[in-house]
Amino acid sequence: MITPTHYMVLSAALFMIGVIGVMVRRNIIVIFMSIELILNAVNINLVAFSYQLQNGIGQVFAIFVIAVAAAEAAVGLGIILAFYRNKETINIDEMSVMRW
Amino acid sequence: MGEAIAFYVISALILGFAVLVITTRNTVHSVLFLVLNFLAVAALYVLLTAQFLAVIQILVYAGGIVVLYLFVVMLVNLKRPPEVHADPHRRSSLGFSLSVLVLAELAAIVVYGRLTPAPVAATAEGTDLAVNNVERIGYLLYTDYLIPFEVASMLLLVAMIGAIVLAKREL
Repeated sequence: MITPTHYMVLSAALFMIGVIGVMVRRNIIVIFMSIELILNAVNINLVAFSYQLQNGIGQVFAIFVIAVAAAEAAVGLGIILAFYRNKETINIDEMSVMRW
Repeated sequence: MGEAIAFYVISALILGFAVLVITTRNTVHSVLFLVLNFLAVAALYVLLTAQFLAVIQILVYAGGIVVLYLFVVMLVNLKRPPEVHADPHRRSSLGFSLSVLVLAELAAIVVYGRLTPAPVAATAEGTDLAVNNVERIGYLLYTDYLIPFEVASMLLLVAMIGAIVLAKREL
């Protein structure tokens, strides 16, 4: 019997995999993809509770999370491209100064 | 019984592909594992009778955002992998061990917490939200949550303009 607790544990595990990716990897594109994993974990949690309580608000919130994630991915990738044009790196350890 | 098998298989796929996303050295392979992760999450939404959200997940995430990532990976056009020169001040082991500790704490809270959620009602399969999913979500989006819906469209417009301005070669 799959209770919402199972979905919460899955969501927590996916969230922490995303957090590990953000903290350990140096490639900034992989860091952005780990942020997408974190947002997916939150969506799984929302939809699981929407299913349990039979209330559509969880799925509506998840739709807005997807919309905000799309906007954030577009702007973030634009920033990466602009940065790469100035300094030919995507290693965040080298992206350490605001102006040079 | 069938639902339990489906849940365990899909969640194993989700977590396996997520681990592969953050551990693969090649960036393009990372993006492709992310696509597979999104498809597995869409399958999980179908299991939770959120059919509209599953299709939105495939269209927007797997079909839009991942294509954006692939474009940027191609445009960045690495000659050498970016992880070659390690920063001597970075201590990845500390971040990794802290994350594992927080995961253990979250799992303990969920499993041993006082507020255990009630199990799903046995008649959850044929409910109105499960059968008429698109109609229910559409009704909510156009009545109760109309203002966030319009604000989200403004947000997407602003993000689109911002991304174009950031990525242009000359302003």
